[in-house]
Amino acid sequence: MATITLQVNGETHEVDADPATPLLFVLRNSLRLTGAKLGCGLEQCGSCAVLVDGASTLTCSTAAGDFQGREIVTVEGLAGGGKLTPVQQAFVDAGAAQCGYCIPGLVIAVTALLGENPGADEAAINEALEPHLCRCGSHGRIMAAVNGLFGGERAP
Amino acid sequence: MSNPSLINSPDLDSWIVLDADGTVHVRSGKVDIGQRISTALSVLVGEELEINPERIVIDAPDTSYPDEGITSGSNSMMQSGNALRYAAATARRHLLENAAKALDAAVDELTMDDGLISVRDTNQSVSYVEAMDGQPFGIPVDPDVPLKAAENYRWIGNETAPRHMADMVTGAMTYLHDMVMPDMLHARPVRPPRYAAQLTALDEAVVERLQSDGINVVRDGSFLAVAGEDEYAVVQAAGRLARAATWASADLNAADLYGQLTSNRRDSRPVINGTPENAPVPALAAPPAAAAKTLSARYEKPYIMHGTIGPSAALAQADATGALKIWSHSQGIQPLRSSMSQALGMDADDLHIQHVPGAGCYGHNGADDVTFDAALVARALPGKPVMLKWTREDEHAWEPYASAMAMELRASLDTNGAILEWSHESYSDTHLGRPRPTGGGEGPARLLAAGYLEDPAPPFVPQPSMVNHAGLHRNIDPYYTFPSVRAVKNLVRDLPLRTSALRCLGGYANIFALESFMDELAAAGGADPLSFRLRHLHDPRARDVLEAAADAIGWFNPRADDVGRGLAFSRYCNSKTYAAIAIELTVDDNAEIEIRNAVVAADAGEVADAAGLRMQLEGGLLQAVSWTLYEEVCFDADGISSRDWETYPILKFGQVPPVQVVIIDRPGEPPLGAGEAASEPVAAAIANALSDATSIRARRLPLTPDNLRAAAMGADA
Repeated sequence: MATITLQVNGETHEVDADPATPLLFVLRNSLRLTGAKLGCGLEQCGSCAVLVDGASTLTCSTAAGDFQGREIVTVEGLAGGGKLTPVQQAFVDAGAAQCGYCIPGLVIAVTALLGENPGADEAAINEALEPHLCRCGSHGRIMAAVNGLFGGERAP
Repeated sequence: MSNPSLINSPDLDSWIVLDADGTVHVRSGKVDIGQRISTALSVLVGEELEINPERIVIDAPDTSYPDEGITSGSNSMMQSGNALRYAAATARRHLLENAAKALDAAVDELTMDDGLISVRDTNQSVSYVEAMDGQPFGIPVDPDVPLKAAENYRWIGNETAPRHMADMVTGAMTYLHDMVMPDMLHARPVRPPRYAAQLTALDEAVVERLQSDGINVVRDGSFLAVAGEDEYAVVQAAGRLARAATWASADLNAADLYGQLTSNRRDSRPVINGTPENAPVPALAAPPAAAAKTLSARYEKPYIMHGTIGPSAALAQADATGALKIWSHSQGIQPLRSSMSQALGMDADDLHIQHVPGAGCYGHNGADDVTFDAALVARALPGKPVMLKWTREDEHAWEPYASAMAMELRASLDTNGAILEWSHESYSDTHLGRPRPTGGGEGPARLLAAGYLEDPAPPFVPQPSMVNHAGLHRNIDPYYTFPSVRAVKNLVRDLPLRTSALRCLGGYANIFALESFMDELAAAGGADPLSFRLRHLHDPRARDVLEAAADAIGWFNPRADDVGRGLAFSRYCNSKTYAAIAIELTVDDNAEIEIRNAVVAADAGEVADAAGLRMQLEGGLLQAVSWTLYEEVCFDADGISSRDWETYPILKFGQVPPVQVVIIDRPGEPPLGAGEAASEPVAAAIANALSDATSIRARRLPLTPDNLRAAAMGADA
């Protein structure tokens, strides 16, 4: 066990944990930030994504200790003062979810893309979504939400 | 009254509760698994009670609420939706009658809106709460109560905002996996390498070291699990314990699967109008003398998996008396409770299960098995809440798959190109493996861990379902009108993998075969596939969805040479939603299919929640695109080799085609279950479009480059 210092959602947290513990477990169990999900533990599905220094980052396999000194933002930390971000609002407006389990990871991925490349084209959008799986078949509504954010055509 | 939900729970108070502050609570036995049934139910109740559906509370389903069996078979709108619509209409009448007495007015002078009942054109009113006067309804649901007329609808048929949407995007939505309780332990099971296995030795030194590290090792026969306070320590402990375990394990049966489907011993029944009969199977006779052409074809589908994105989890706690309180994302908490009480030798009253949402499951995935696992660990550690989670590998390798199937079809055309006779035989393992006590101890036998206990449940031996359009014979009976139909179900024994219900059950493979064969017959008779179908289809609503799908894809419009178009149709269970799929695709030089456009046209009767219906149709289509193009559970003698998302790929974002959804609303008509309808015709629509684009007729799923090349070679041979 060791003390790990993490910057999460604008606050500093000191957590006693095995530094090899994947960041996801620390976020979910020590900090009770359960928005990021455990889907595979293999970095194959995207459910566990959070922002690390603004980049969408998978957290199910990488040690929490490696994230000290980085700025972590989870899906819970996006909306300020009860107001949804444009990305979150776009998902709500498009009704872009069924079970919703993959949605926090996708919201993170799209938020990162909007920050890095607000003029992203279809190829860049596909690349950003590539690490993410959805099993309910909500892809079309999700892409409608995303395309609207990047100035594309909104699906009906 | 034929609705089993109302027969089981006739009292209005068991469905709808008006609390002291006027909030309407709905208690359905059907669970929301992402299909938005809670949104649709709130619309039906809100409509009758004149309350905005967004303000209706859907209580978490619980084994103390109405027993509506399993949330499956696209039955929720036709069972719970129907029950709640009549319950709300009965409540509406009751409230109006009470208010009439309180206000000394006639019922037809009253108006009701948003919790208040008023005498028209006066300022006299009472609230719904005042009208109840502190009493429960105390009356049965009246199945003959008049329903609100369609022309007065305020919410039914609209696009209603899905429940929990804002919570999903902020991370506030609580899934079972997110629950926490004081002193909660995390747990993981430790599985054997293959199904047939016995734990013969466990390195006691490792067990002692784990225990000294604060890890509980739970063993019952060959069932093995670890539990402890820190989740990551538990994950590591599961790995250490797996390496300390020695198993005696038999090889998995890896002999030619498609050969086994039609050569293994089997239980065969004729299926008449969708219902199997206890009668000898009629032999396939020689084609009739009037036959101008006779075609035969065999179609095949591999094992596929549910592939939930969130591996199954359950929370359980045993109290000092041994009674268990359980939180589960099972689709059937009532039959699960009965099955678990038998398996654990407990009184069902000592088992209480509450439903909490999990990730989408699409049928019988690991949800029930993980609940039993959690109960076993909780019972061994009384007092402690135990959150047991399966790993990705557990879910991929141990969930009950959708059975592989083979379908053998034969049909003859008369001299006018019309179908004269039709034969369809399907071969499959069971699709009905859900834990469900049916008297013969079958409930426990269907729980995964029960077979590994010191005192194991007997192996599960499925019996052929005799229910109309149930398991492997779902949609084997053509919805078209043919002069002569022979349909046979073959429940095949001794197949290698554990199977149960996945969205559509046998219907996905049966419609793949039926609707592919329709195109093959159309081609043999030189007919257009759309016209050929319409010629044999007499239900105007079925014709409407086919024509709507064809219109939307531009069926008769010119197309580029490399583009193929395909159509397929089914009516789910021949009694539920009508759906037609139209596909446009191209095939590249690597034999990879790219779907350019997809259309689903559907008639689900009266639409309660248009946004929810559209999502079910679009989601069902895309999931079936994934099954059709990419999915196959791989295995060999060493066991299951599809153990993660790289070895079992599914549809990815870059592969998603544009999807157009056309809904034909029928206000006033009974709602028809829609959760599975769009998936059934997808495989045939793609295979038909493939044939149109390339002249390759692919009869084995999935439509991967390898299977396409094999089909092309077969055609050349």
